[in-house]
Amino acid sequence: MDEIQKRILREVADLHGIPVGAYNFRVNGASEGRASTENIEITSKEDKSGINIRIKDGTKNESCHIPVVLSQSGLKETVYNDFFVGENCDVLIVAGCGIDNCGGQDSQHDGVHRFFVGKGSHVRYVEKHYGQGDGTGKRILNPVTEVHMEADSSMEMEMVQIRGVDSTVRTTTAELGENARLVVRERLLTHGDQRAESAYVVTLNGEGSSTDVVSRSVARDNSYQKFDSRIVGNTTCTGHTECDAIMMDNAHILALPCLEANDLNASLIHEAAIGKIAGEQIIKLQTLGLTEQEAEEEIINGFLK
Amino acid sequence: MLVLDHISFDVPEDAEKKASGNREIIHDISMTIENGKFVVITGPNGGGKSTLAKLIAGIEKPTSGRILLDGEDITDMGITERAKRGIGYAFQQPVRFKGIEVIDLLRIASGDKRMTIDKACSYLSEVGLCAQNYVRREVNASLSGGELKRIEIATVLARGSQMSVFDEPEAGIDLWSFQNLIRVFEHLQNQNREGSILIISHQERILQIADEIVVLTAGKVSAHGAREEILPTLLGTASVASACDRLAEKEGAK
Repeated sequence: MDEIQKRILREVADLHGIPVGAYNFRVNGASEGRASTENIEITSKEDKSGINIRIKDGTKNESCHIPVVLSQSGLKETVYNDFFVGENCDVLIVAGCGIDNCGGQDSQHDGVHRFFVGKGSHVRYVEKHYGQGDGTGKRILNPVTEVHMEADSSMEMEMVQIRGVDSTVRTTTAELGENARLVVRERLLTHGDQRAESAYVVTLNGEGSSTDVVSRSVARDNSYQKFDSRIVGNTTCTGHTECDAIMMDNAHILALPCLEANDLNASLIHEAAIGKIAGEQIIKLQTLGLTEQEAEEEIINGFLK
Repeated sequence: MLVLDHISFDVPEDAEKKASGNREIIHDISMTIENGKFVVITGPNGGGKSTLAKLIAGIEKPTSGRILLDGEDITDMGITERAKRGIGYAFQQPVRFKGIEVIDLLRIASGDKRMTIDKACSYLSEVGLCAQNYVRREVNASLSGGELKRIEIATVLARGSQMSVFDEPEAGIDLWSFQNLIRVFEHLQNQNREGSILIISHQERILQIADEIVVLTAGKVSAHGAREEILPTLLGTASVASACDRLAEKEGAK
């Protein structure tokens, strides 16, 4: 791997070298390294591009890194990754994609991830997107995530896209079994003429299931964001979704939190707030000695932390 | 030393209408606050106290007159420049921030990006907060009015300003918190020999620890002198506010 590729790897997976545990590095459409462990097995798909990740029952405190790097301008790919998480596991999965596009052609990575989370298992999933390079070609990422959660399982998803990605359409669907819990934390910063759309449909099928889908985002310059989150309650369940956005410059934001209750005991809540940085927040930080620009940066960094 | 030299603040008529008469007006105020002094500004609501504090911090600009800090004219300086020259300002209604933690604010205030948790805790303890519980809390709506107010004061303490302005520190806090707050200011008064403190307050207990008291009525200084001289004229009536009202009437009758 060259320096650019290593830098991207640091950005998306926080990796400075070969990680401990299972991993698969995908660089410019080919596998650059892979390791399975006793409990986590990674194999290539035979019918299409992508991998299967099988995690044995009872696997605890293990991690799996599957970062993707695109540094070749004009490369477009769709990759299918399936995660089969056994019962009573507790694992960390770090995905993420970084694109360096110095050329004139668009680079695009569409990752289709499916999760099958077994009974009683806990999964923490971190997905970071990152773009760099000063070519005119666009950096495009369209992740599709599909989550199936069995009884008593829980999953935390952390989706982060801060700067650099020109166009994203993120689609996430989830269906939850009895007492399952899904927590989603999305953080997004767009600038320039970027567009980012994010759509969630979380269906609460199991009694006692719950979800919390929260997006915090900042839209600068002429960028556009759409947050479309739907929670469907089909039984006794609780759901909350929230979009909290800061707008700057000439940005546009569309927030569509949406609830569908099909059972008398479904308790669902949504919230959405869009606004510019409050003037008094800037004034407060100025009285502490920051300039207006420094104050804005602090406010945004805190908001997206 | 802070000098206000013939400071006036007017609000254009149409702007005043827009602000539904909320903006206070200041008429030709001159005063000097010496280093090491603890000065309390009091007076009836709408008399211009908060506006005066904002004029000192640079949040509002005077229509005429000059403001001097240690001989330097700071009238045309912005908020940031004044903060860097040693003016601290505690908001009457503290600002909330999503995601920014108490320690972040203290670090920004002190200018010490690596401020340790222990050091941050010492500022919080000073304002009567059980520090370990607060230092990593977000400065957001989960904090009560009294908690926010004390954190606000802690940020001004951490700043260590030469001239600290507190706009009604007692506003919006409960009685229990108020007792603590008085102790904070008593402590400040006892240890304060270098910097000056300017507090806008209606509270007798704060007036009692002042070196000097300024009474501001209808945008003018109606009395300014040593505590021993001014306080008796304010007390002995039903409330400080009513005393101030009578002073205002006296002004009007003149």
